[in-house]
Amino acid sequence: AAAFMVLGPKMTYAATEQTDAAIKAFTGGAEPAKGKISLDTPEIAENGNTVPVGVYVESPMTADNYVESVVILADGNPNPAVATFHFTAMSGVAEAKTRIRLAKTQNVIAVAKMSDGSTFIDTKEVKVTIGGCGG
Amino acid sequence: GNWSRLMAQQALSEDSLLSMAPVGNVTLIHVTDIHAQLKPIYFREPSINLGIGEVEGKPPHVTGADFLKLYKIEPGSPDAYALTSEDFVSLAKTYGKMGGMDRVATVIKRIRDERGRENTLLLDGGDTWQGSYTAQQTQGQDMVTIMNALEPDAMTGHWEFTYGTDRVQEIIDTLPFAFLGSNIYDAEWDEPAFEPWKMFERGGSKIAVIGQAFPYTPIANPRWMIPGWSFGIREDDIAGHVEDARAEGAHVVVLLSHNGFDVDRKLASRVDGIDVILTGHTHDALPEPVIVNNTLVIASGSNGKFVSRVDLDVKDGKVAGYGYRLIPIFSDVITPDADMAMLIEDVRRPYAEELARKIGTTDSLLYRRGNFNGTFDDLICQALLQERDAQIALSPGFRWGTSLLPGQDITIEDLHNACAMTYPAAYRSTMTGQMLKDILEDVGDNLFNKDPYYQQGGDMVRVGGMGYTIDPNKEIGDRISNMTLLSTGQAIEPSAEYTVAGWASVNEGTEGPPIWDVVENHLSKNPIVKLPDNQSVKLAG
Amino acid sequence: MATPKPRVKVPKTASQGEVITIKTLISHPMESGQRKDKDGNAIPRQIINKFTCEFNGQVVFSCDMDPAVSANPYMEFTAKINEPGTFKFTWVDDDGSVFETENKIVIE
Ligand SMILES: [Mn+2]
Ligand SMILES: [Mn+2]
Repeated sequence: AAAFMVLGPKMTYAATEQTDAAIKAFTGGAEPAKGKISLDTPEIAENGNTVPVGVYVESPMTADNYVESVVILADGNPNPAVATFHFTAMSGVAEAKTRIRLAKTQNVIAVAKMSDGSTFIDTKEVKVTIGGCGG
Repeated sequence: GNWSRLMAQQALSEDSLLSMAPVGNVTLIHVTDIHAQLKPIYFREPSINLGIGEVEGKPPHVTGADFLKLYKIEPGSPDAYALTSEDFVSLAKTYGKMGGMDRVATVIKRIRDERGRENTLLLDGGDTWQGSYTAQQTQGQDMVTIMNALEPDAMTGHWEFTYGTDRVQEIIDTLPFAFLGSNIYDAEWDEPAFEPWKMFERGGSKIAVIGQAFPYTPIANPRWMIPGWSFGIREDDIAGHVEDARAEGAHVVVLLSHNGFDVDRKLASRVDGIDVILTGHTHDALPEPVIVNNTLVIASGSNGKFVSRVDLDVKDGKVAGYGYRLIPIFSDVITPDADMAMLIEDVRRPYAEELARKIGTTDSLLYRRGNFNGTFDDLICQALLQERDAQIALSPGFRWGTSLLPGQDITIEDLHNACAMTYPAAYRSTMTGQMLKDILEDVGDNLFNKDPYYQQGGDMVRVGGMGYTIDPNKEIGDRISNMTLLSTGQAIEPSAEYTVAGWASVNEGTEGPPIWDVVENHLSKNPIVKLPDNQSVKLAG
Repeated sequence: MATPKPRVKVPKTASQGEVITIKTLISHPMESGQRKDKDGNAIPRQIINKFTCEFNGQVVFSCDMDPAVSANPYMEFTAKINEPGTFKFTWVDDDGSVFETENKIVIE
């Protein structure tokens, strides 16, 4: 402990409703199912300014059966939108990684849309902490 | 008195401390969290070490009399002294200091002689290079010299990284053994930055050792000192290495880990195929392995107090049996290894005079371990309050730092055993009551989160000038209540501002005198330390 | 703002049908629009909002980015290689600037 980042100015954070709305907008109103998509995040962010986030979606990735896109959302940021990956059959595998900003401890959400229109969701909590201390 | 001490020690002998029915064909020797303690020390184990959720009441979250009962240890016995805080002062006078790397050297040599050098592996779990005046002065070189003489086969790390990328790399380039870190990645391109694991042949068997550095190094310690490296638990990577090792013919898979006990217990339950986890970081010392999902989890203590011997019977390509002994290093009983004793004197000689310089005397037992406070931190907080003219003092809940008995002198060596580090600035700043609450909640969650993967393995930040109530079983934001400014007895107001002094900030550019100067100045005005019982933290729930 | 500099890691060779991993970085502050300068005025948003990877003229992977993507945006993804050819990587800035780089790959 004893090590204290200056807490940022008060910001308004994305409400759950805003995040839900972003999910609905992406799925066209459908409730995404669990499974097929897995989100890979660290348990605790080393640096809230650059948190690695990876997604993998199970799919044969053929010309007529592939993952079209994956949207990444963060429900504790001022705006839940983070990024949208667009895959093609040429991707070979539906897997991508990037690095994102998380203003505080929150859920990161990934939703995949398949070429047949079905949608899948995974959620992980990432803790953003002030740090210090240790054994 | 002397007579009872001699009597008690007569029951102990080097042979009896080392004696163990041998098992099988391979032996692992484990040391961890030595924190640069070259000489014998006193180290009081915690009287409070709470486990949350599923691990409540399970080792290592058992202390004092409960610990003695659980492991059927006689109160007042050598094991009771070595493993618990029960009757600590009186038993310390009876059994003397623990550890000393020359005694550790003797034990390692004897195990190697008994089992055959070609059948043993010596593995160092890290937190080896930091924690003393001489380590600070030599940037870890004293410990590197001593450990090299012991010829370990591999190590991993945590506080090592607080010497910064360049120094760590410089040392690793000279090490005659492997520095393993499966979970350390290049932060820019996300590629492994360290050798993740290594295959050894011992006792006719192939033994894979996977190294796991402290996952939260860039959070618990200054990230700016190691900007190019990213850590994390990276459980999938470990599972991958286990698979690779087995594919390459490993008969035994060992995780040399600095995860901390609860993280390793969870990891063992989720990753199949690890035979032994040699755990570290949380400084627990357990006389028996904890077995999870067929994995032996071994906790070997800290500060050179113990050496672990794990015998493995490797048959038909797998571990068919084991034997274990946690060997307590009673410094008056184990003969120092003469070569190592000389080497230790050599590395300490340039600093001998300063190390021995007396700066005070203590009437109270000084120790650090415990979830909420320790008397050495009470002394540091007093010094911060007075020397930095603050209302509130904060001292990090480190688990290293040795103990001093009532009546002992306080020397420069003792002081630095409690605060030697590369970011010692004692800052003074203004914080609102809300910020103080946020800090306590944040640290509390790092310690008491129900999911071990979210724990960082230290103890609560120690406070001076302020009291509070904590309910560890609550969630973040709801654990801390009744924050009170002790000087006025008034509640801490969220919007009010307070003058706060502390040390060991992980923020770059933190300003202030080094903490050891602050404490020394305080002792020069108050040379006899007498600390009241710390009643400022109340436990709820 | 210094001119953004793209960097990519692409294998020089692949076997027929292999799925390779591609890593890309571009130096860019990704000004989120959420920050204020020292006088308290909002610093306007300026980010890389689109990244595209093409192979022999066909899109393999693309990404729409929002201000929550970190400075110096990093992108890691895969491509299935069926023929030798050229990767073209494109980053588009809010101000309309386009940054590009190319890499060749051969079949071994
Ligand atoms: Mn340690
Ligand atoms: Mn540690």
